[in-house]
Amino acid sequence: MHAVFRTVLERLGLGLATLFIVSIIIFSAIEMLPGDFGEAVLGQAATKETVAAFRRELGLDEPAYMRYAQWIGNVVQGDLGTSFSGRNASGIDRSRPVVDLIAPRLWNTLFLASMTAIIAVPIALALGITSALYRNSIYDRTVNTATLTTISFPEFFVAYILILLLASLWPVFPSLANVDAATPLAERMFKAALPAMTLTLVIVAHMMRMTRAAIINLLASPYIQMARLSGASQTEVIIKHALPNAWAPIATVITFNLAYLVVGVVVVEVVFVYPGVGQLMVDAVTSRDIPVVQGCALIFAMTYILLNLTADIIGIITNPRLLHPK
Amino acid sequence: MTQDPETYSALGEVGAFQERRTLWTRIKLDLKKSPMTARFGMSVILIYAIVAIFAPLLAPYGEAEVFPVPYAPWSSEFIFGTDQIGRDIFSRMIYGARNTVGIAVATTLLAFLIGGGLGLAAAINRSWLDQFLSRTVDVLMAIPSLIFALVLLSVFGSTVINLIIIIAVLDSTRVFRLTRAVAINVVVMDYVEAARLRGEGIGWIMRREILPNIMPPLVAEFGLRFCFVFLAIAALSFLGVGIQPPTADWGSMVRENASLIQFAQYDLKAGLTPLLPASAIALLTVAVNFVVDWFLHKTSGIRDE
Repeated sequence: MHAVFRTVLERLGLGLATLFIVSIIIFSAIEMLPGDFGEAVLGQAATKETVAAFRRELGLDEPAYMRYAQWIGNVVQGDLGTSFSGRNASGIDRSRPVVDLIAPRLWNTLFLASMTAIIAVPIALALGITSALYRNSIYDRTVNTATLTTISFPEFFVAYILILLLASLWPVFPSLANVDAATPLAERMFKAALPAMTLTLVIVAHMMRMTRAAIINLLASPYIQMARLSGASQTEVIIKHALPNAWAPIATVITFNLAYLVVGVVVVEVVFVYPGVGQLMVDAVTSRDIPVVQGCALIFAMTYILLNLTADIIGIITNPRLLHPK
Repeated sequence: MTQDPETYSALGEVGAFQERRTLWTRIKLDLKKSPMTARFGMSVILIYAIVAIFAPLLAPYGEAEVFPVPYAPWSSEFIFGTDQIGRDIFSRMIYGARNTVGIAVATTLLAFLIGGGLGLAAAINRSWLDQFLSRTVDVLMAIPSLIFALVLLSVFGSTVINLIIIIAVLDSTRVFRLTRAVAINVVVMDYVEAARLRGEGIGWIMRREILPNIMPPLVAEFGLRFCFVFLAIAALSFLGVGIQPPTADWGSMVRENASLIQFAQYDLKAGLTPLLPASAIALLTVAVNFVVDWFLHKTSGIRDE
């Protein structure tokens, strides 16, 4: 287990280093703002004193590395700073902490993402594996053309087609997914049905194509051919010989697409007015509310990096070559 | 048939061969063998290009021309009706071909200029430059590009120039990786070494020795990258942080007219209106994907994918 352990630790270290650099990049967003943004946030009527007080509150009179240390220290303790909105020229501060804005929405986004993953992953794996086993059959070609087409569609196109068919022409599902903390689970699932369906259609296509490519690649390797030539049955070849090496690519495919979900969720949330982190981030970008943008970006980036890290680690610990060192 | 040593000329034979198969005839031969999907793709791309170039001649009205009838139904006067402030949707669709596709092409070109140039440089100069660039790209790719683009747009503001530069830089990371990966295999070839010994500069080696030999994967990547860039810009414009009105753009047109979809039960045409710009985006992406698929098939001899 020595080799496995060391490689996993290496990967963890690399992941932490990436997170660190990413946090610096996100932090420097506030650094790159033009000099007059204090006036822009507080409005035209802001006096010199309120602007100066605002800049002092952001700590712009301290060196950058000090502010970074303070910021990251707060972030680790769950404090993402205070939103820019709600401030005005008179100095009265009605702004809210970023965490209060994000926390309820994060739960909604996670709910939508996991609902999609539970539906999409089994479908995609089944489609991918069967089309790889029966490759070049009519079934394979149909699935392939269909997925190539859905990949080319923007998410909002898929979303609006579903709204047109299932909410407008044949009203089964609501087109607006306005859930809140009090919505019971069944109603929540019903309201999130169309967003989840949209995301499923989009990621099943990606996931299925990647699974198919990974399996085809695997079945073409010489040792599988050797197993076949030595008289092993099809099931035996797949379960005993192919599967141990297939875990890594399949895990990569799943986590890669869950990571893709993190991004896809932004557009879909806006289409269905679903109160999630993605919608909050887009609103914050429009109003240039940098602390909120930073908070959302940090959450998205962290999820993305952690998912990719998980894929790598699953790949390492299921790798037969590392499990049985020479 | 024996060759007369007096009249035979190798140069002549090569010349004759080239004369028989010029670039044009080769293209014609390839096109004749192309599958239906690729032909469909190429005709769609051609039509889009013509519409984009001749937009002012084809469009019945201007892109920002406002009529006093908001949300007009489909009619002979306004083929696809008018939008929420009374602009002709058909005209805006036509101008959208010029704006949306034009911006996407410019962005892809810039991404290739940055990513391709740095990728080649890193492949040739495998020292600190390669290490530095590769690690930078690793970090940039660790953040989902849509999220990164949103952060940068919130800092710098949504102008067309910012949009092009931000998306191009973020997408150049993938171009960099591909260019570096394919170029590394070419850099070690003897003829590159020969050029180096001859004293050619890095620019000559990049352009004349390596680039021609890594063209096929780069051309295919250009098509795919274009699709990604095009979808990313459409998504950002749809979110309201990309191309800003009054510039006609397909992504923002979908958002502006989205509410019409609720009336599909009473007037199907009205319900379809917001889907028109969205399907214009989807059709072009499908077309480019089909052509790239065929091109990859043809140049690499891979049977699938």
